[in-house]
Amino acid sequence: MTEFFQSTLGMGWGWFVANLILILLIALPVMLSVAIVIYFDRKIWAAMALRRGPNVVGPFGILQSFADAAKVFLQETIIPSGANKGLFLLAPIITFTVALLSWAVIPFDQDMVLADINVGLLYILAISSLGVYGVVIAGWASNSKYPFFSALRAAAQMISYEVSIGFIIVTVVLWTGSFNMNDIVEAQRGHGLGFVNWYGFNLLLFPMAVMFLISSLAETARAPFDLTEAESELVAGYQTEYSSMAFALFWLGEYANVLLMCTLNAVLFWGGWLPPVDWAPLYAIPGIFWLILKISAFFFIFSWVKATVPRYRYDQLMRLGWKVFLPISLLWIFLVSGYLMLTRYGV
Amino acid sequence: MIQIFAFYLFASVVIASGAFTILARNPVHSVLWLILAFFNAAGLMVLIGAEFIAMLLVIVYVGAVAVLFLFVVMMLDIDFAELRGGFMKNLPLGLALAAVFLAELIFGIGAYQAGNIALGEHALNPARMGASNIQAVGELLYTRYIFLFESAGLVLLVAMVGAIVLTHRKRVGVRPQNIASQVRRRPEDATRNTQPVVGEGVDL
Repeated sequence: MTEFFQSTLGMGWGWFVANLILILLIALPVMLSVAIVIYFDRKIWAAMALRRGPNVVGPFGILQSFADAAKVFLQETIIPSGANKGLFLLAPIITFTVALLSWAVIPFDQDMVLADINVGLLYILAISSLGVYGVVIAGWASNSKYPFFSALRAAAQMISYEVSIGFIIVTVVLWTGSFNMNDIVEAQRGHGLGFVNWYGFNLLLFPMAVMFLISSLAETARAPFDLTEAESELVAGYQTEYSSMAFALFWLGEYANVLLMCTLNAVLFWGGWLPPVDWAPLYAIPGIFWLILKISAFFFIFSWVKATVPRYRYDQLMRLGWKVFLPISLLWIFLVSGYLMLTRYGV
Repeated sequence: MIQIFAFYLFASVVIASGAFTILARNPVHSVLWLILAFFNAAGLMVLIGAEFIAMLLVIVYVGAVAVLFLFVVMMLDIDFAELRGGFMKNLPLGLALAAVFLAELIFGIGAYQAGNIALGEHALNPARMGASNIQAVGELLYTRYIFLFESAGLVLLVAMVGAIVLTHRKRVGVRPQNIASQVRRRPEDATRNTQPVVGEGVDL
Protein backbone atom coordinates (compact mmCIF):
# COMPACT_ATOMS: atom_id res chain seq x y z
CA MET A 1 0.00 0.00 0.00
CA THR A 2 2.87 2.35 0.81
CA GLU A 3 4.31 1.75 -2.68
CA PHE A 4 0.95 2.54 -4.27
CA PHE A 5 0.62 5.87 -2.53
CA GLN A 6 4.26 6.71 -3.08
CA SER A 7 3.90 6.11 -6.81
CA THR A 8 0.89 8.41 -7.02
CA LEU A 9 1.68 11.11 -4.44
CA GLY A 10 5.47 11.11 -4.35
CA MET A 11 7.80 9.67 -1.67
CA GLY A 12 7.11 11.88 1.34
CA TRP A 13 3.40 12.49 1.01
CA GLY A 14 2.68 8.94 -0.19
CA TRP A 15 4.37 7.55 2.90
CA PHE A 16 2.45 9.97 5.08
CA VAL A 17 -0.98 9.14 3.63
CA ALA A 18 -0.33 5.38 3.62
CA ASN A 19 0.75 5.41 7.26
CA LEU A 20 -2.19 7.58 8.28
CA ILE A 21 -4.55 5.01 6.77
CA LEU A 22 -2.67 2.13 8.43
CA ILE A 23 -2.79 3.89 11.81
CA LEU A 24 -6.55 4.32 11.47
CA LEU A 25 -6.80 0.67 10.41
CA ILE A 26 -5.25 -0.30 13.74
CA ALA A 27 -6.65 2.38 16.06
CA LEU A 28 -10.31 2.11 15.06
CA PRO A 29 -10.57 -1.70 15.48
CA VAL A 30 -8.72 -1.37 18.79
CA MET A 31 -11.28 1.17 19.99
CA LEU A 32 -14.14 -1.02 18.76
CA SER A 33 -12.70 -4.07 20.50
CA VAL A 34 -12.27 -2.03 23.67
CA ALA A 35 -16.01 -1.32 23.61
CA ILE A 36 -16.80 -5.01 23.08
CA VAL A 37 -14.26 -6.11 25.67
CA ILE A 38 -15.83 -3.84 28.30
CA TYR A 39 -19.14 -5.55 27.60
CA PHE A 40 -17.58 -9.00 27.94
CA ASP A 41 -15.77 -7.96 31.11
CA ARG A 42 -19.09 -7.00 32.70
CA LYS A 43 -20.79 -10.14 31.37
CA ILE A 44 -18.07 -12.47 32.71
CA TRP A 45 -18.00 -10.67 36.03
CA ALA A 46 -21.79 -10.93 36.28
CA ALA A 47 -21.79 -14.62 35.37
CA MET A 48 -19.28 -15.38 38.13
CA ALA A 49 -21.40 -13.45 40.62
CA LEU A 50 -24.55 -15.28 39.40
CA ARG A 51 -25.99 -12.08 37.99
CA ARG A 52 -27.14 -11.31 34.46
CA GLY A 53 -25.01 -8.29 33.68
CA PRO A 54 -25.93 -5.82 30.94
CA ASN A 55 -28.88 -7.26 29.01
CA VAL A 56 -31.09 -4.33 28.03
CA VAL A 57 -29.45 -2.38 25.18
CA GLY A 58 -29.42 -4.41 21.97
CA PRO A 59 -29.50 -8.22 21.74
CA PHE A 60 -27.96 -9.66 24.95
CA GLY A 61 -27.07 -6.09 25.89
CA ILE A 62 -24.18 -6.05 23.43
CA LEU A 63 -24.66 -2.37 22.65
CA GLN A 64 -24.32 -1.39 26.32
CA SER A 65 -20.83 0.09 25.86
CA PHE A 66 -22.02 2.27 22.97
CA ALA A 67 -24.98 3.47 25.03
CA ASP A 68 -22.58 4.33 27.86
CA ALA A 69 -20.31 6.16 25.44
CA ALA A 70 -23.23 8.19 24.06
CA LYS A 71 -24.40 9.06 27.56
CA VAL A 72 -20.93 10.13 28.69
CA PHE A 73 -20.45 12.15 25.52
CA LEU A 74 -23.52 14.24 26.27
CA GLN A 75 -22.55 15.00 29.85
CA GLU A 76 -20.95 18.20 31.07
CA THR A 77 -17.22 18.16 31.80
CA ILE A 78 -16.95 19.41 35.35
CA ILE A 79 -13.63 20.97 36.27
CA PRO A 80 -13.14 21.49 40.02
CA SER A 81 -12.47 25.13 40.90
CA GLY A 82 -9.22 24.27 42.70
CA ALA A 83 -7.92 22.10 39.89
CA ASN A 84 -5.07 22.95 37.57
CA LYS A 85 -7.22 23.25 34.48
CA GLY A 86 -4.73 22.57 31.69
CA LEU A 87 -3.12 19.56 33.33
CA PHE A 88 -6.49 18.30 34.54
CA LEU A 89 -7.67 18.00 30.94
CA LEU A 90 -4.28 16.87 29.63
CA ALA A 91 -4.08 13.80 31.89
CA PRO A 92 -6.88 11.70 30.30
CA ILE A 93 -5.59 12.62 26.85
CA ILE A 94 -2.13 11.32 27.78
CA THR A 95 -3.56 8.06 29.12
CA PHE A 96 -5.66 7.52 26.01
CA THR A 97 -2.93 8.42 23.50
CA VAL A 98 -0.28 6.32 25.20
CA ALA A 99 -2.65 3.34 25.27
CA LEU A 100 -2.93 3.51 21.48
CA LEU A 101 0.75 4.20 20.71
CA SER A 102 2.12 0.76 21.55
CA TRP A 103 -0.03 -1.00 18.97
CA ALA A 104 2.29 0.30 16.25
CA VAL A 105 4.80 -2.50 16.79
CA ILE A 106 2.43 -5.40 17.50
CA PRO A 107 2.60 -8.02 14.71
CA PHE A 108 -0.92 -9.17 13.81
CA ASP A 109 0.26 -11.62 11.17
CA GLN A 110 3.40 -12.54 9.25
CA ASP A 111 3.97 -9.07 7.79
CA MET A 112 1.00 -7.30 9.31
CA VAL A 113 2.80 -4.77 11.47
CA LEU A 114 2.81 -1.00 11.14
CA ALA A 115 6.40 -0.40 12.26
CA ASP A 116 8.68 -3.44 11.96
CA ILE A 117 11.50 -1.87 14.00
CA ASN A 118 14.41 -3.75 15.55
CA VAL A 119 13.80 -2.23 18.99
CA GLY A 120 10.11 -3.18 19.06
CA LEU A 121 10.06 -4.59 22.57
CA LEU A 122 12.04 -1.64 23.96
CA TYR A 123 9.56 0.68 22.26
CA ILE A 124 6.71 -1.04 24.10
CA LEU A 125 8.60 -0.75 27.40
CA ALA A 126 9.23 2.94 26.72
CA ILE A 127 5.63 3.69 25.85
CA SER A 128 4.20 1.71 28.76
CA SER A 129 6.47 3.65 31.11
CA LEU A 130 4.77 6.81 29.84
CA GLY A 131 1.40 5.47 30.92
CA VAL A 132 2.02 6.38 34.53
CA TYR A 133 2.03 10.11 33.70
CA GLY A 134 -1.66 10.18 32.91
CA VAL A 135 -2.48 8.87 36.36
CA VAL A 136 0.09 10.95 38.23
CA ILE A 137 -0.84 14.20 36.51
CA ALA A 138 -4.55 13.50 37.02
CA GLY A 139 -3.98 12.92 40.72
CA TRP A 140 -1.93 16.05 41.18
CA ALA A 141 -4.01 18.36 38.98
CA SER A 142 -7.27 17.38 40.71
CA ASN A 143 -6.04 19.18 43.83
CA SER A 144 -7.87 16.74 46.03
CA LYS A 145 -6.69 14.29 48.68
CA TYR A 146 -7.83 10.91 47.38
CA PRO A 147 -6.71 11.40 43.78
CA PHE A 148 -3.34 12.51 45.11
CA PHE A 149 -2.90 9.38 47.23
CA SER A 150 -3.89 7.36 44.22
CA ALA A 151 -1.29 9.13 42.07
CA LEU A 152 1.45 8.38 44.60
CA ARG A 153 0.40 4.74 44.72
CA ALA A 154 0.26 4.49 40.94
CA ALA A 155 3.74 5.97 40.50
CA ALA A 156 5.32 3.56 42.98
CA GLN A 157 3.38 0.55 41.71
CA MET A 158 4.11 1.02 38.03
CA ILE A 159 7.82 1.67 38.55
CA SER A 160 8.13 -1.41 40.77
CA TYR A 161 6.48 -3.76 38.33
CA GLU A 162 8.18 -2.28 35.28
CA VAL A 163 11.47 -3.46 36.78
CA SER A 164 10.37 -7.09 36.98
CA ILE A 165 8.63 -6.90 33.58
CA GLY A 166 11.90 -5.62 32.12
CA PHE A 167 13.84 -8.56 33.51
CA ILE A 168 11.21 -11.07 32.39
CA ILE A 169 11.37 -9.63 28.89
CA VAL A 170 15.15 -10.00 28.95
CA THR A 171 14.81 -13.79 29.31
CA VAL A 172 12.65 -13.89 26.18
CA VAL A 173 15.05 -11.61 24.32
CA LEU A 174 18.01 -13.79 25.33
CA TRP A 175 16.27 -16.84 23.94
CA THR A 176 15.28 -15.10 20.70
CA GLY A 177 18.37 -13.00 20.20
CA SER A 178 16.30 -10.05 18.96
CA PHE A 179 14.12 -7.22 20.19
CA ASN A 180 11.98 -7.37 17.07
CA MET A 181 8.43 -8.53 17.83
CA ASN A 182 8.12 -10.56 14.63
CA ASP A 183 11.43 -12.31 15.28
CA ILE A 184 10.19 -13.23 18.74
CA VAL A 185 7.05 -14.79 17.27
CA GLU A 186 9.00 -16.58 14.53
CA ALA A 187 11.48 -17.99 17.05
CA GLN A 188 8.59 -19.77 18.77
CA ARG A 189 7.76 -21.82 15.68
CA GLY A 190 8.16 -25.44 16.74
CA HIS A 191 9.86 -24.37 19.94
CA GLY A 192 8.42 -27.04 22.24
CA LEU A 193 9.43 -30.59 21.26
CA GLY A 194 9.57 -29.50 17.64
CA PHE A 195 5.85 -28.93 17.22
CA VAL A 196 4.42 -26.64 19.92
CA ASN A 197 4.61 -22.96 18.95
CA TRP A 198 4.92 -21.67 22.52
CA TYR A 199 7.74 -20.29 24.61
CA GLY A 200 5.52 -21.05 27.57
CA PHE A 201 5.90 -24.76 26.81
CA ASN A 202 9.58 -24.45 27.68
CA LEU A 203 10.11 -25.46 31.31
CA LEU A 204 12.68 -22.70 31.82
CA LEU A 205 10.42 -19.99 30.44
CA PHE A 206 7.09 -21.15 31.85
CA PRO A 207 7.66 -19.57 35.31
CA MET A 208 8.47 -16.32 33.51
CA ALA A 209 5.20 -16.59 31.57
CA VAL A 210 3.26 -16.89 34.83
CA MET A 211 5.15 -14.02 36.41
CA PHE A 212 4.60 -11.88 33.33
CA LEU A 213 0.87 -12.52 33.53
CA ILE A 214 0.79 -11.44 37.19
CA SER A 215 3.04 -8.44 36.53
CA SER A 216 0.83 -7.35 33.67
CA LEU A 217 -2.15 -7.40 36.04
CA ALA A 218 -0.18 -5.10 38.33
CA GLU A 219 1.12 -2.91 35.51
CA THR A 220 -2.39 -2.22 34.23
CA ALA A 221 -3.67 -1.77 37.81
CA ARG A 222 -6.29 -4.46 37.38
CA ALA A 223 -7.77 -6.39 40.28
CA PRO A 224 -6.31 -7.75 42.56
CA PHE A 225 -3.75 -4.95 42.22
CA ASP A 226 -6.17 -2.07 41.60
CA LEU A 227 -4.88 -0.14 44.60
CA THR A 228 -4.96 3.08 42.58
CA GLU A 229 -8.75 3.03 42.47
CA ALA A 230 -9.51 1.03 45.59
CA GLU A 231 -13.04 2.23 46.19
CA SER A 232 -13.09 1.25 49.86
CA GLU A 233 -10.12 3.52 50.60
CA LEU A 234 -9.81 6.15 47.89
CA VAL A 235 -13.36 6.72 46.54
CA ALA A 236 -12.42 6.20 42.86
CA GLY A 237 -8.72 7.04 43.08
CA TYR A 238 -7.34 9.38 40.46
CA GLN A 239 -10.66 9.42 38.57
CA THR A 240 -12.61 10.83 41.51
CA GLU A 241 -12.90 14.37 40.15
CA TYR A 242 -13.44 13.36 36.54
CA SER A 243 -16.68 13.33 34.63
CA SER A 244 -18.00 12.91 31.09
CA MET A 245 -15.51 12.50 28.20
CA ALA A 246 -12.46 13.05 30.40
CA PHE A 247 -13.56 10.09 32.51
CA ALA A 248 -14.40 8.06 29.41
CA LEU A 249 -10.91 8.63 28.00
CA PHE A 250 -9.42 7.16 31.20
CA TRP A 251 -11.76 4.25 30.92
CA LEU A 252 -10.99 3.56 27.27
CA GLY A 253 -7.27 4.00 27.83
CA GLU A 254 -7.32 1.60 30.74
CA TYR A 255 -9.04 -1.14 28.76
CA ALA A 256 -6.83 -0.53 25.72
CA ASN A 257 -3.86 -1.03 28.05
CA VAL A 258 -5.38 -4.26 29.34
CA LEU A 259 -5.83 -5.49 25.77
CA LEU A 260 -2.24 -4.54 24.98
CA MET A 261 -0.97 -6.49 27.96
CA CYS A 262 -3.04 -9.52 26.87
CA THR A 263 -1.47 -9.19 23.42
CA LEU A 264 2.01 -8.98 24.92
CA ASN A 265 1.37 -12.13 26.92
CA ALA A 266 0.27 -13.86 23.73
CA VAL A 267 3.18 -12.57 21.64
CA LEU A 268 5.98 -13.10 24.14
CA PHE A 269 5.14 -16.49 25.53
CA TRP A 270 2.27 -18.09 23.64
CA GLY A 271 3.23 -17.80 19.98
CA GLY A 272 1.53 -14.57 18.90
CA TRP A 273 -0.08 -15.10 15.50
CA LEU A 274 1.24 -18.66 15.15
CA PRO A 275 -1.23 -21.51 15.62
CA PRO A 276 -0.67 -23.44 18.85
CA VAL A 277 0.81 -26.47 17.06
CA ASP A 278 3.19 -26.45 14.11
CA TRP A 279 0.88 -28.45 11.82
CA ALA A 280 0.41 -27.36 8.20
CA PRO A 281 -3.45 -27.29 7.96
CA LEU A 282 -3.63 -24.87 10.90
CA TYR A 283 -1.66 -22.30 8.91
CA ALA A 284 -4.59 -22.10 6.47
CA ILE A 285 -6.39 -20.03 9.13
CA PRO A 286 -5.11 -16.44 9.07
CA GLY A 287 -2.67 -15.59 11.84
CA ILE A 288 -4.73 -12.68 13.11
CA PHE A 289 -7.45 -15.17 14.07
CA TRP A 290 -5.03 -17.06 16.33
CA LEU A 291 -3.80 -13.82 17.87
CA ILE A 292 -7.33 -12.63 18.61
CA LEU A 293 -8.17 -16.05 20.07
CA LYS A 294 -5.17 -15.82 22.40
CA ILE A 295 -5.95 -12.22 23.36
CA SER A 296 -9.52 -13.25 24.20
CA ALA A 297 -8.26 -16.15 26.31
CA PHE A 298 -6.00 -13.82 28.27
CA PHE A 299 -8.73 -11.25 28.65
CA PHE A 300 -10.94 -13.99 30.07
CA ILE A 301 -8.20 -14.76 32.60
CA PHE A 302 -8.00 -11.07 33.51
CA SER A 303 -11.77 -10.90 34.07
CA TRP A 304 -11.74 -14.18 35.94
CA VAL A 305 -9.08 -12.90 38.32
CA LYS A 306 -10.98 -9.64 38.77
CA ALA A 307 -14.17 -11.52 39.66
CA THR A 308 -12.60 -13.96 42.09
CA VAL A 309 -9.45 -12.64 43.79
CA PRO A 310 -9.70 -10.17 46.69
CA ARG A 311 -7.67 -6.98 46.56
CA TYR A 312 -4.08 -6.96 47.79
CA ARG A 313 -2.88 -4.68 50.54
CA TYR A 314 -0.42 -2.07 49.34
CA ASP A 315 2.52 -3.39 51.35
CA GLN A 316 1.81 -6.89 50.06
CA LEU A 317 1.86 -5.53 46.52
CA MET A 318 5.26 -3.92 47.06
CA ARG A 319 6.59 -7.04 48.76
CA LEU A 320 5.51 -9.19 45.83
CA GLY A 321 7.14 -6.83 43.34
CA TRP A 322 10.46 -6.19 45.04
CA LYS A 323 11.06 -9.19 47.26
CA VAL A 324 9.58 -11.99 45.16
CA PHE A 325 9.43 -11.12 41.48
CA LEU A 326 12.65 -9.11 41.23
CA PRO A 327 14.98 -11.74 42.76
CA ILE A 328 13.29 -14.59 40.90
CA SER A 329 13.46 -12.85 37.54
CA LEU A 330 17.12 -11.93 38.13
CA LEU A 331 17.86 -15.55 39.00
CA TRP A 332 16.05 -16.63 35.85
CA ILE A 333 18.15 -14.35 33.64
CA PHE A 334 21.16 -16.10 35.13
CA LEU A 335 19.65 -19.55 34.54
CA VAL A 336 18.48 -18.83 31.00
CA SER A 337 21.77 -17.28 29.91
CA GLY A 338 23.66 -20.16 31.53
CA TYR A 339 21.50 -22.70 29.71
CA LEU A 340 21.95 -20.88 26.41
CA MET A 341 25.71 -20.69 26.92
CA LEU A 342 25.82 -24.46 27.50
CA THR A 343 23.54 -25.51 24.65
CA ARG A 344 23.58 -22.85 21.95
CA TYR A 345 26.93 -21.14 22.23
CA GLY A 346 28.84 -24.18 23.50
CA VAL A 347 31.18 -22.86 26.18
CA MET B 1 11.30 16.65 3.30
CA ILE B 2 9.54 14.86 6.13
CA GLN B 3 12.87 14.35 7.94
CA ILE B 4 13.57 18.06 7.84
CA PHE B 5 10.09 18.80 9.10
CA ALA B 6 10.51 16.24 11.92
CA PHE B 7 13.92 17.63 12.83
CA TYR B 8 12.71 21.19 13.14
CA LEU B 9 9.62 20.05 15.04
CA PHE B 10 11.61 18.03 17.58
CA ALA B 11 14.41 20.57 17.88
CA SER B 12 12.13 23.54 18.40
CA VAL B 13 10.04 21.65 20.96
CA VAL B 14 13.21 20.64 22.83
CA ILE B 15 14.41 24.22 22.98
CA ALA B 16 11.01 25.64 23.88
CA SER B 17 10.33 23.08 26.60
CA GLY B 18 13.87 23.55 27.91
CA ALA B 19 13.17 27.25 28.22
CA PHE B 20 9.83 26.63 29.90
CA THR B 21 11.54 24.24 32.34
CA ILE B 22 13.41 27.16 33.85
CA LEU B 23 10.73 29.79 33.28
CA ALA B 24 7.75 27.92 34.74
CA ARG B 25 6.62 29.29 38.09
CA ASN B 26 5.36 25.97 39.36
CA PRO B 27 8.02 23.25 39.97
CA VAL B 28 5.60 20.52 38.87
CA HIS B 29 5.15 22.31 35.55
CA SER B 30 8.94 22.53 35.29
CA VAL B 31 9.29 18.77 35.66
CA LEU B 32 6.59 18.19 33.04
CA TRP B 33 8.33 20.52 30.59
CA LEU B 34 11.55 18.65 31.31
CA ILE B 35 9.82 15.38 30.44
CA LEU B 36 8.65 16.88 27.15
CA ALA B 37 12.23 17.92 26.44
CA PHE B 38 13.51 14.38 27.15
CA PHE B 39 10.87 12.90 24.91
CA ASN B 40 11.67 15.16 21.99
CA ALA B 41 15.39 14.61 22.47
CA ALA B 42 14.60 10.91 22.02
CA GLY B 43 12.87 11.88 18.77
CA LEU B 44 16.07 13.60 17.62
CA MET B 45 18.03 10.43 18.48
CA VAL B 46 15.70 8.42 16.26
CA LEU B 47 16.31 10.88 13.44
CA ILE B 48 20.08 10.34 13.53
CA GLY B 49 19.53 6.57 13.50
CA ALA B 50 20.34 5.86 17.15
CA GLU B 51 17.04 4.18 17.95
CA PHE B 52 18.48 2.13 20.82
CA ILE B 53 19.72 5.25 22.64
CA ALA B 54 16.36 6.90 21.96
CA MET B 55 14.43 4.05 23.57
CA LEU B 56 16.83 3.97 26.53
CA LEU B 57 16.42 7.72 26.95
CA VAL B 58 12.67 7.31 27.18
CA ILE B 59 12.76 4.21 29.40
CA VAL B 60 15.38 5.49 31.85
CA TYR B 61 14.82 9.24 31.96
CA VAL B 62 11.14 9.62 31.17
CA GLY B 63 9.99 6.32 32.63
CA ALA B 64 12.00 6.21 35.83
CA VAL B 65 14.07 9.28 36.70
CA ALA B 66 11.45 11.90 35.84
CA VAL B 67 8.69 9.92 37.55
CA LEU B 68 10.72 10.00 40.75
CA PHE B 69 11.40 13.74 40.25
CA LEU B 70 7.70 14.32 39.82
CA PHE B 71 6.96 12.12 42.81
CA VAL B 72 9.18 14.24 45.06
CA VAL B 73 8.26 17.63 43.61
CA MET B 74 4.54 16.90 43.84
CA MET B 75 4.84 16.38 47.58
CA LEU B 76 6.82 19.57 48.19
CA ASP B 77 5.20 22.34 50.11
CA ILE B 78 6.13 25.22 47.85
CA ASP B 79 6.48 28.85 48.87
CA PHE B 80 6.37 30.74 45.58
CA ALA B 81 7.50 34.07 47.08
CA GLU B 82 10.64 32.49 48.46
CA LEU B 83 11.35 30.85 45.11
CA ARG B 84 11.18 34.18 43.32
CA GLY B 85 13.48 35.76 45.89
CA GLY B 86 16.00 32.99 45.21
CA PHE B 87 15.88 33.86 41.52
CA MET B 88 17.46 37.28 42.02
CA LYS B 89 19.98 35.90 44.50
CA ASN B 90 21.17 33.14 42.17
CA LEU B 91 21.08 35.27 39.01
CA PRO B 92 24.84 36.12 38.94
CA LEU B 93 25.78 32.46 39.40
CA GLY B 94 23.36 31.42 36.67
CA LEU B 95 24.70 34.06 34.28
CA ALA B 96 28.27 32.92 34.98
CA LEU B 97 27.33 29.30 34.22
CA ALA B 98 25.53 30.37 31.06
CA ALA B 99 28.62 32.29 29.92
CA VAL B 100 30.82 29.24 30.52
CA PHE B 101 28.44 27.00 28.55
CA LEU B 102 28.23 29.50 25.70
CA ALA B 103 32.02 29.77 25.51
CA GLU B 104 32.39 25.99 25.50
CA LEU B 105 29.75 25.69 22.81
CA ILE B 106 31.56 28.19 20.61
CA PHE B 107 34.88 26.41 21.19
CA GLY B 108 33.27 23.07 20.47
CA ILE B 109 31.76 24.21 17.19
CA GLY B 110 35.00 25.96 16.25
CA ALA B 111 37.01 22.79 16.92
CA TYR B 112 34.50 20.75 14.94
CA GLN B 113 34.75 23.19 12.02
CA ALA B 114 38.53 22.91 12.13
CA GLY B 115 38.31 19.16 11.47
CA ASN B 116 37.90 16.34 13.97
CA ILE B 117 40.78 14.82 15.90
CA ALA B 118 41.12 11.17 16.93
CA LEU B 119 40.59 11.14 20.68
CA GLY B 120 41.97 7.98 22.23
CA GLU B 121 41.61 4.62 20.55
CA HIS B 122 37.92 4.49 19.81
CA ALA B 123 38.40 6.41 16.62
CA LEU B 124 40.36 3.39 15.35
CA ASN B 125 37.53 1.00 16.26
CA PRO B 126 34.38 2.14 14.52
CA ALA B 127 31.24 0.09 15.06
CA ARG B 128 30.83 -2.82 12.67
CA MET B 129 29.03 -1.69 9.56
CA GLY B 130 25.63 -3.20 8.90
CA ALA B 131 25.12 -4.29 12.50
CA SER B 132 21.97 -3.05 14.20
CA ASN B 133 22.26 -0.44 16.90
CA ILE B 134 21.85 -2.90 19.75
CA GLN B 135 24.46 -5.32 18.38
CA ALA B 136 26.97 -2.54 17.73
CA VAL B 137 26.57 -1.06 21.21
CA GLY B 138 26.63 -4.51 22.80
CA GLU B 139 29.78 -5.58 20.98
CA LEU B 140 31.70 -2.49 22.07
CA LEU B 141 30.26 -2.37 25.59
CA TYR B 142 30.89 -5.99 26.49
CA THR B 143 34.30 -6.38 24.89
CA ARG B 144 36.38 -3.23 24.60
CA TYR B 145 34.72 -1.22 27.33
CA ILE B 146 33.88 -4.07 29.70
CA PHE B 147 35.97 -2.64 32.56
CA LEU B 148 34.42 0.80 32.24
CA PHE B 149 30.99 -0.80 32.07
CA GLU B 150 31.56 -2.96 35.13
CA SER B 151 33.09 -0.11 37.12
CA ALA B 152 30.08 2.07 36.29
CA GLY B 153 27.94 -0.70 37.74
CA LEU B 154 30.18 -0.80 40.80
CA VAL B 155 29.85 2.96 41.31
CA LEU B 156 26.07 2.63 41.18
CA LEU B 157 26.22 -0.25 43.65
CA VAL B 158 28.29 1.84 46.05
CA ALA B 159 25.83 4.71 45.70
CA MET B 160 22.96 2.35 46.45
CA VAL B 161 24.70 0.90 49.51
CA GLY B 162 25.48 4.44 50.66
CA ALA B 163 21.86 5.51 50.37
CA ILE B 164 20.75 2.46 52.34
CA VAL B 165 23.38 3.01 55.05
CA LEU B 166 22.35 6.66 55.40
CA THR B 167 18.63 6.00 55.69
CA HIS B 168 18.34 2.59 57.27
CA ARG B 169 18.46 2.61 61.02
CA LYS B 170 17.92 -0.12 63.52
CA ARG B 171 14.81 0.69 65.49
CA VAL B 172 13.98 -1.05 68.72
CA GLY B 173 10.54 -1.77 69.97
CA VAL B 174 8.90 -2.22 66.58
CA ARG B 175 7.13 -5.40 65.59
CA PRO B 176 7.65 -5.91 61.87
CA GLN B 177 5.41 -8.22 59.95
CA ASN B 178 6.77 -11.75 59.78
CA ILE B 179 5.20 -13.22 56.68
CA ALA B 180 6.53 -16.74 57.27
CA SER B 181 5.08 -16.99 60.78
CA GLN B 182 1.77 -15.62 59.55
CA VAL B 183 1.59 -18.22 56.82
CA ARG B 184 2.69 -20.97 59.23
CA ARG B 185 -0.10 -20.16 61.69
CA ARG B 186 -2.85 -22.78 61.70
CA PRO B 187 -6.47 -22.40 62.85
CA GLU B 188 -5.82 -24.77 65.79
CA ASP B 189 -3.21 -22.38 67.23
CA ALA B 190 -5.57 -19.42 67.33
CA THR B 191 -9.09 -20.77 67.84
CA ARG B 192 -10.86 -23.34 69.97
CA ASN B 193 -14.32 -24.81 69.99
CA THR B 194 -16.19 -24.77 73.30
CA GLN B 195 -19.65 -25.74 74.43
CA PRO B 196 -20.38 -23.00 76.97
CA VAL B 197 -23.09 -23.66 79.56
CA VAL B 198 -25.81 -21.02 79.48
CA GLY B 199 -25.19 -18.34 82.11
CA GLU B 200 -21.55 -19.24 82.76
CA GLY B 201 -19.86 -17.93 79.64
CA VAL B 202 -16.31 -18.81 78.64
CA ASP B 203 -12.99 -17.89 80.17
CA LEU B 204 -10.62 -16.15 77.80
